[in-house]
Amino acid sequence: MQFDQLLQFFLSGVATGAIYALIGIGFSIIYNSTGIINFAQGEFVMLGGLLALSFTELLKLPLWAAIPCAIAVSTLVGALFERLAIRPLRRPTPINLVIITIGGSILIRGISMLIWGKDTHALPPFSGEEPVIIGGATVMPQHIWIVGITLLLISINKFYFFHTISGKAMRACAYNRRAAGLVGIDVRRMVLFSFIISSAFGSVAGIIVAPLTMTAYDVGVMLGLKGFCAAIIGGMSSGMATVAGGLLLGILESMGAGLISSGYKDAISFIILLLILFFRPQGLFGKSESERV
Amino acid sequence: MRKILAVWLGIFFSIFTIEDATAATIRIGGLFAVTGPASFLGEPEKKTMEMMVKELNDRGGINGAKLEAVIYDTAGDATKAVNLATKLIRDDKVVAIIGPSTTGESMAVIPIVEKEKIPLVSCAAGIKIIDPVKRWVFKTPPNDHVAAEKILNHMEKSRLKTIALLTVTDSYGSSGREQLKAIAKQKGFTVAADEVYGPKDTDMTPQLTKIRGIKPDAIICWGTNPGPAVITKNVKQLGIRIPLYMSHGVASKRYIELAGTDAAEGVMLPAGKLAVYDVLPKTDPQARLLKEYDMNYRKNYGVESSTFGGYAYDAVTLLAGAIRKHGSASEQIRRGIEESRKVPSVSGIFNMSPNDHNGLDISAFEMLKIVRGDWTLIR
Repeated sequence: MQFDQLLQFFLSGVATGAIYALIGIGFSIIYNSTGIINFAQGEFVMLGGLLALSFTELLKLPLWAAIPCAIAVSTLVGALFERLAIRPLRRPTPINLVIITIGGSILIRGISMLIWGKDTHALPPFSGEEPVIIGGATVMPQHIWIVGITLLLISINKFYFFHTISGKAMRACAYNRRAAGLVGIDVRRMVLFSFIISSAFGSVAGIIVAPLTMTAYDVGVMLGLKGFCAAIIGGMSSGMATVAGGLLLGILESMGAGLISSGYKDAISFIILLLILFFRPQGLFGKSESERV
Repeated sequence: MRKILAVWLGIFFSIFTIEDATAATIRIGGLFAVTGPASFLGEPEKKTMEMMVKELNDRGGINGAKLEAVIYDTAGDATKAVNLATKLIRDDKVVAIIGPSTTGESMAVIPIVEKEKIPLVSCAAGIKIIDPVKRWVFKTPPNDHVAAEKILNHMEKSRLKTIALLTVTDSYGSSGREQLKAIAKQKGFTVAADEVYGPKDTDMTPQLTKIRGIKPDAIICWGTNPGPAVITKNVKQLGIRIPLYMSHGVASKRYIELAGTDAAEGVMLPAGKLAVYDVLPKTDPQARLLKEYDMNYRKNYGVESSTFGGYAYDAVTLLAGAIRKHGSASEQIRRGIEESRKVPSVSGIFNMSPNDHNGLDISAFEMLKIVRGDWTLIR
């Protein structure tokens, strides 16, 4: 096995892993403030890509203008989803919430199918299609965008949660909803915030991957599942642990496909998911649960 | 309340079916995967069948009798396909069925049509549908091994010896993989790499990096969009310069759009003549018919026609021909289809026989090369 091959596997893995991480973060933000696994998260990834496509093709906006519009619209959808489907719930038991998010994802996917049809679409790349050579390996400029934007968003995310009042309030809700309510934090508003942030994250992920992997009304399912794996490996933290989880998943998939067999690629990632759920349910990097209480 | 509604709905529908049954028409059933993962097949098939039945009726029907299409959506689900086939035969009393769209569904429906003695013209590609030959079952898409043979013939001519395979892990890909390996062995090619990818995978650089290390003479990729488009981009990214062959599964302009004109430059693939009817010689017996089909499809639905819709075109053509010559009872239709000789249609020129219920050979395909975002014929 030559070095340049290994490097290529590694870089491909990092690029895919960054996407998984970004989607995974969306899962954990909502989980931390509400205790819900939002199974509609993948649909925001799909919405981001397809909306950006519509803004560039139908409204003829340049890409730099279409992207914020697409993020804004899918964030709006995320907020509406929380207001119309999550908040009115009288007895929010986990099982109800899970069923509602699954139902929501089917609804969003169905409507998108009617709007955009069943075809696969491609978004133009942000900056050319000339491959960049790193060592003996090559990556597309879009890969660099993906990794860069992921890192940027995660640092913003970190700053928000640890250095702003509303971020701290959201963390407080994650630790203890009741206590947070008692000290005057509007818990329901924080839940709405968490949906807004995570749908924005999801749509960004959908937009930056669309030029490379293409997009269609049903891409949310698989990407959502992989993002969920990343979040589980990271122990549902909304910080670096999920990023590490995503990267680990991406690299293992790509190494597995390259070195073992491409037939087992998905099996490898799901076996890891199962092992982690069995032996380290608090995540690969997490400490045990008791600390939270 | 709901119960009452259901009862009303039931009464409503039964009135309609009773009324329908009294009309003197020839009923043809259609089973297509209009929604779900195989909708790229089912949707153009359904539209084509509707369009053709309307055209036939506008011209006065077949021997004075009007046709009626009863079409159901199977959503690509074999269980649904079986239920709907039974419904078509028992409730709608169709004389023949066109579809289903996928091989899995077709295999599931075969026992029913064999038992009920209703001709089935499948629009799915899998060879096992008609091999071994079943009395009541036909299919219009050319066999995968014909496309595989076309690719390998071209490789032989270009003196390429070792192949890397990259196939998708669904039924289309695994059937192609088997056929390619079998024919490659027969013709003395070396299969140096045998890689696969999932239908929803978004990055195939690991597989291609491995292939690049092995240095084969050519890569053959077998799949339907979007996978092959991703692979085409990945090949460009990795700077792989050996010939890249695709299967007939991506023989539409959409593939070039998705992969990008740049990355798709030089990609070769076998394709039905529909994709290239405007560059065919005037003497080609299919040229006029292909143009008419494409124009009509565009006029009716506002999008370009596809090879998949063509499979339904073939099925309606064969059925209509059989009814015209022999009559509209199920056995007459069956014999009529089996005796179809030199019937030009979209997928090729059909020559059915009791031993061949597909009737297409290697002439159904042309070898194409993508040059500057458009198809060119390889002579």
